[in-house]
Amino acid sequence: MADFDDELDASGLNCPLPILRAKKALGGMDAGKVLHIIATDPGSVKDFEAFAKQTGNELLESAEEGGKFHFYMKKV
Amino acid sequence: MEQKKLAIIATKGTLDWAYPPFILASTAAALGYETQVFFTFYGLQLLKKDLSDLQVSPIGNPGMPMKMPFGPDWFQDINWNIPNIVQTNVPGFEALATSLMKKTIAKNGVATIPELRSLCQEAEVEFIACQMTVDLFGFEHSDFISEGVEYGGAATQRQRLLFLEGGH
Repeated sequence: MADFDDELDASGLNCPLPILRAKKALGGMDAGKVLHIIATDPGSVKDFEAFAKQTGNELLESAEEGGKFHFYMKKV
Repeated sequence: MEQKKLAIIATKGTLDWAYPPFILASTAAALGYETQVFFTFYGLQLLKKDLSDLQVSPIGNPGMPMKMPFGPDWFQDINWNIPNIVQTNVPGFEALATSLMKKTIAKNGVATIPELRSLCQEAEVEFIACQMTVDLFGFEHSDFISEGVEYGGAATQRQRLLFLEGGH
């Protein structure tokens, strides 16, 4: 597991809530810091890819483990 | 980088159709788009202070699955084919369908409409209410949320659409 500075548990939440919560969490973080997001919505895999592409934040890692999706997003 | 802009038009005032504009607008705003939603005709209902009146109607809505949000899996998988004649004649059918829809929404971790609307506002989505339809339906500005709503005409929206069409 990668290192991270902040964690957001978006388990049980559905589109578009994980993205909106992540955006808010990243807003309160300094550039270069890493946010670890946990989600259960399978749609979030594509959504976080698109989110990274559109916002410029870097998606360091995207993985599935035991029905949960883990994303590591580095703030630009 | 040039500012990306998006304009969405909300014309429907039912619980189900309230979702697409608010989901798209809040997501676009989170992706960095300067986002505007133009509410016209029945879409004005989505700007009312009290959103608890929003209903869903299975009547004339053949694409809507009629499933129960409780009970064993096999029971929840049944798509109830209820004839229109029954739907129109059973008092409170829409209220029942609305309450079942709300249960399904909550069970699936889908945000409520008031929640999505405030998320849009938090993300600075611009809300424009169509003044012509406000007058047409005899609404008052006091019926609507006061924060973050502007009143305008098609031109207010048109400007943004032209930006979109112009590729800006």
